[in-house]
Amino acid sequence: MEYEAVIGLEVHAQLKTRTKAFCGCLTEFGAPANTQACPVCLGFPGSLPVFNEKALEYGMRAALALHCQVQGFTKFDRKNYFYPDLPKNYQISQYGLPLASGGFLEIEIAGAKKRIGIIRAHLEEDAGKLIHEEDNSLVDYNRAGVPLLEIVSAPEIYSPDEAYEYLASLKAILKYLEVCDCDMEKGSLRCDANVSLRMPGAKELGIKAELKNMNSFKAVRDALNYELKRQKEVLESGGSMRQETRLWDESAGKTRPMRSKEEAMDYRYFPEPDLPPFVLSDEEIKTIRAGLPELPAALKQRFISQYGLNSYDAGVLTSEKPLAEFFEACLRLYPRAKAVCNWISGPLSYELNSRNAGIESLKLEPEMLVRLIKLVDEGALSNLAAKALLTEMLNSGRPADELMQEKDLAQVSDRKALDELLDKVIADNPGSVRDYNSGKANALMFLLGQAMRLSKGRANPKLIGEMLKKKL
Amino acid sequence: MKLWEFTGHELLEKLAHQEITQEEILCALDKRREEVEPKVKAFVRIEKAPAPLDSPGPGAGFPGLPIAIKDNICIKNRPATCASRILEGFKPPYDATVIQKLKNAGFSIYGQTNMDEFAFGSSCENSCYFPTRNPWNLECVPGGSSGGSAAAVACGEAIWALGSDTGGSIRQPASFCGVVGLKPTYGRVSRYGLIAFASSLDQIGPFTRDIEDCSVLLKVIAGHDPKDSTSANLPVPDFLLSLGKDIKGIKIAVPKEYFSLSENMALEGITQEVNQAIGEAIEQLKKLGAKVQEVSLPHTEYAVSVYYILATAEASSNLARFDGVQYGLRAGAGSAEGADNLIQMYKRTRQAGFGSEAKRRIMLGTYVLSHGYYEAYYLRALKVRALIANDFANVFKDFDCIITPTSPTPAFKLGEKIQNPLAMYLSDIYTISINLAGLPALSIPCGFSSGGLPIGLQIIARSFDEEMLFRVAHCYEAHTSWHKMRPKI
Repeated sequence: MEYEAVIGLEVHAQLKTRTKAFCGCLTEFGAPANTQACPVCLGFPGSLPVFNEKALEYGMRAALALHCQVQGFTKFDRKNYFYPDLPKNYQISQYGLPLASGGFLEIEIAGAKKRIGIIRAHLEEDAGKLIHEEDNSLVDYNRAGVPLLEIVSAPEIYSPDEAYEYLASLKAILKYLEVCDCDMEKGSLRCDANVSLRMPGAKELGIKAELKNMNSFKAVRDALNYELKRQKEVLESGGSMRQETRLWDESAGKTRPMRSKEEAMDYRYFPEPDLPPFVLSDEEIKTIRAGLPELPAALKQRFISQYGLNSYDAGVLTSEKPLAEFFEACLRLYPRAKAVCNWISGPLSYELNSRNAGIESLKLEPEMLVRLIKLVDEGALSNLAAKALLTEMLNSGRPADELMQEKDLAQVSDRKALDELLDKVIADNPGSVRDYNSGKANALMFLLGQAMRLSKGRANPKLIGEMLKKKL
Repeated sequence: MKLWEFTGHELLEKLAHQEITQEEILCALDKRREEVEPKVKAFVRIEKAPAPLDSPGPGAGFPGLPIAIKDNICIKNRPATCASRILEGFKPPYDATVIQKLKNAGFSIYGQTNMDEFAFGSSCENSCYFPTRNPWNLECVPGGSSGGSAAAVACGEAIWALGSDTGGSIRQPASFCGVVGLKPTYGRVSRYGLIAFASSLDQIGPFTRDIEDCSVLLKVIAGHDPKDSTSANLPVPDFLLSLGKDIKGIKIAVPKEYFSLSENMALEGITQEVNQAIGEAIEQLKKLGAKVQEVSLPHTEYAVSVYYILATAEASSNLARFDGVQYGLRAGAGSAEGADNLIQMYKRTRQAGFGSEAKRRIMLGTYVLSHGYYEAYYLRALKVRALIANDFANVFKDFDCIITPTSPTPAFKLGEKIQNPLAMYLSDIYTISINLAGLPALSIPCGFSSGGLPIGLQIIARSFDEEMLFRVAHCYEAHTSWHKMRPKI
């Protein structure tokens, strides 16, 4: 029996405002424990919250980018529950009138586009962090009160791969909007998943499990895969599901029960009396909408149609906003889109990945990459040498010409020098020469490879090919 | 006349003329306190030497004048307990905005006064320390929850004091103790640093011995505060300008649900003596030129129910933070109460820390917000609250102020109502609606019972029209002498 999987995702995105949602404390990640805390975010008796309107603006940007209906009039509610990382034992959140509702996110799955509904997006404050020691537990409140945007998808995600794509697209959008760092390991993006199975074609949803504690996109996919398999086994063995919350155990590769529906908390939501409702005028919403950047999906389409790139390359270039901007800055200096694209999506992306860095953090100016590409296109530098040079440029931040001179990497097209080089290759490899002459064409490639190696990649490959054939 | 018998503005004048010194005032208060405090027990804490000014503000108009503060208003580095065990050892690291304003104006913070735990009560008996007694009759309660502040001002242990009012907690004790007590308009005074009972109802306000002091003190503590988003961004008028005016032609409404204007027709629950005193006050106001007319506030009968749903709902949430984690009492491992895990720590901390009225209100508030009950209780109460506010708005279309008794009875005996929460709740029946509507109201002395207990008159005005309260009250005061009576203790 094949069941149909139904998945809904709840994403918590930390909004990267400079200060917290309801006080003036900084939000920087990694500060020593409890150094970014004050009576307000510690929930001291008598303290009162004051809303940071930057959080509203950031939340509104995200909501508009996700095609949501936004509320000009919105308010906060209290969500009541006891936990030591929650200083007031209630969280300031939005319940009745969320900031936004009824939007969608478009993903691409197996080449086809699919829209996934966004039920709602609302603002709330983050909790602190518990650190458990052997005999006691400590609380770090630096994170308490950092603004979050909770984005709830419709149950319209039908596979773990779709869930992965949804998260990747959402991350790209939030990063383009510059409202969230989206670093799951640092906790600036968190995801819970609701998952259930149902008979194909059934309209009713099955009984769901809520999965928590996934610390990467991959973990979300793995947890969903595991959970779907587990649910299928339960159903196929004649068992029935029970609604529960389960924790993903990364090292065991399993989900474990945390609490059942019966133990589910009653949050006793009610309007937050310490904060009056806030109102954004149509004019203000219009201004925020007008300030939205070109988003990754639209940018990708434009790169395909405007520069003739293929879908994969356009996808790589638009994966990060700074990279896309870098690409276009290069094109303004040197409009050979295909060449620039190949260099960025190839060697440069390789370098970025191996350094685990974004283009914005490196000392590479568009002028510098363009100069390098021009050197290759003009025949002054071999491809191989140019790749080596790029590594040097990124390490030192110095321009291509300077390094080329210093490292003696200029391509050699001087016939006399190449003549001597090829003579040495022929003398050193009599066996391969014999093979070539007895009709084994592969031997020529080997001999050319030896010549390139001997010249440290500087020999003009086209030229030595012609010269070697003549010599043999 | 002894120094402690003078009002704040009289002492200021003497200081200005260098007839007396700050030390002499402090000395007189200390001496008075030694005489009466063992009987009255108004204070939970006294500063041995009132701190000289931290940093007197530029316009410090109150050089070193001492003021008593209710124990739920935060003063930097001094205990603030709300008369609850659960805040044992807690010292706020900041000043409430009103304290900052008092310090800037030159006041010295003298001592902290007793109250019902977390302001839950109308008698000052729900205190983790001791009950405070009424200076007019030590067998009687001073009212509550700000009973300590009212009693201290009444018997001369303090010139003036601050309290807080969520459903009558300033006005009712002011009435029981024969002093002036004002609940300002919601939003007039910053709540920053007031340990919350019910955030949508709480206001800080003054206790004084006359209207001039009341207007002076309100001017000091009022005003917009960026730290309190519910404080109103409105200018603070010079309230002194409202004093000394006549009230000819002022239109006064008397709601028939609160008081019957027909002679000898006291409403149920109201004592004959209160009925008579209020009737006489109304006659006096008429003589002074006010036009008095009966009106109706038709949703009055729901006010107590609505109040105890909304106030306890907010309180159950506001008091959730007292869990033993960061401050105050903790029933932790090794402590007398002992706890081996988190849930046990929560339970035992709160069991040991809260008194029975606090527990009752937390449970009630939790219940009305619970799944399945929210709509029937909390949400419905919110709607009726709007209707109650609307009743007042309708009356204020045609009238300048409303007059009622502050409380249906004079002070009752200690222990008389403590076992009967409903009877206790009904002693706030005339004050509660005003908090629900967010309006300003004050209580002034208007007579005495045959047993010598004070009776209070409540005056209610439009939002942010405290000037009208002062105008009417000051005119009444100028033609009566109730406010000059002092308890013989």
